[in-house]
Amino acid sequence: MYTQAMDIPDESGKKLAAVSNAPSDQEAAFEARIDADGRIEPQDWMPDAYRRTLVRQISQHAHSEIVGMLPEGNWISRAPSLKRKAILIAKVQDEGGHGLYLYSAAETLGTSREQMLEGLHSGKAKYSSIFNYPTLNWADVGVIGWLVDGAAIMNQVPLCRCSYGPYARAMVRVCKEESFHQRQGYEALLVMMKGTDEQRAMVQDAVNRYWWKCLAMFGPPDADSPHSAQGMRWGIKRISNDDLRQKFIDATVPQAKVLGVTLPDPELKWNEARGHYDYGQIDWAEFWNTVEGNGPCNKERLATRVKAHNDGQWVRDAAQAYARKQKERALKEAA
Amino acid sequence: MNTPALKDWPLWEVFVRSKQGLEHKHCGSLHAADAAQALHMARDVYTRRQEGVSIWVVPSVAITASNPDDKGELFDPAADKIYRHPTFYEIPEEVGHM
Repeated sequence: MYTQAMDIPDESGKKLAAVSNAPSDQEAAFEARIDADGRIEPQDWMPDAYRRTLVRQISQHAHSEIVGMLPEGNWISRAPSLKRKAILIAKVQDEGGHGLYLYSAAETLGTSREQMLEGLHSGKAKYSSIFNYPTLNWADVGVIGWLVDGAAIMNQVPLCRCSYGPYARAMVRVCKEESFHQRQGYEALLVMMKGTDEQRAMVQDAVNRYWWKCLAMFGPPDADSPHSAQGMRWGIKRISNDDLRQKFIDATVPQAKVLGVTLPDPELKWNEARGHYDYGQIDWAEFWNTVEGNGPCNKERLATRVKAHNDGQWVRDAAQAYARKQKERALKEAA
Repeated sequence: MNTPALKDWPLWEVFVRSKQGLEHKHCGSLHAADAAQALHMARDVYTRRQEGVSIWVVPSVAITASNPDDKGELFDPAADKIYRHPTFYEIPEEVGHM
């Protein structure tokens, strides 16, 4: 669903075996391919730092998809109709699928599923902070589709042109599916806006709580984003945090108008000279506080995720025991 | 806190035929205990929107890949054999499409 990874340091990727001291002609070939906007594939030589950056970014991205199932998953049993329930189940299932595409892409870089899950479950690895906020009412589910997935799409579309082949291919698949996520959310909100005053107030309340968090999803301002330049150089990141944020705001303002909600920023106004909307100050202290683990739901999300994983252990064990038994039986029959 | 994850579940490569008459195309990979489970998972992970009419799963270890370092000797010799392409040959205009 989303990546803020370039800017958020964590432990992932550090444990990879270093394939260092490569001859400089390999490095030159790598640089030349990057300069020519070519693609890097798993077996190609790549600098350690490129590999580590990708492992960190792709694994954080995968973790975000997986944890991203939780805030909405809360609402599956309480969806207002069978139709909305079916839609929500499909969406949450997509997020799980996106996590799997991305874990697979990261594994091509030499990390393992186990290492990545260990990073997530121990709290060493990061995931998108947006999922550390609660989903208080049904309108939150619509707003997550419209704004959170909308921001995610802005972030992810340029990643389809990422220099690392497996990541780019996974993103093409993700982006195709993500469009449904945003549209279903927006449509759910349109329906609520045609309802009662209370329902309209719920939508406005959800927008008020999520707007600024969504703007923070694009990561720190370019000036405070030390990894960004290298990521751009390597063709991992294609558009800067601030430019993506601006694109998102410019696209969202007219959608808010059609929906009939107010975006909670008194400084939000069209700037004729820039050809963009101006906007107010994002609370970065709050963002970093949540990234560091002190948001309203960090502990709950992680605990739920770990419990789900541990509760599924018997299924994994049973599948493995069955596979082993089948193999033994086949061997015996062949003998 | 953690239980063993997918350490013993091998990796499978997934190929999907999008429609009858087209080839199976590689679309990704996944971990599964055995072939039957790999097929089930591939169905859920890669064909939620009717992307396919047929799936192949292959243990990743069964694939032998060419080495990128050998790219030159494997593929470059073909570069100067332009006579293998139809555009190498000039045919009089009046012959039309050939």
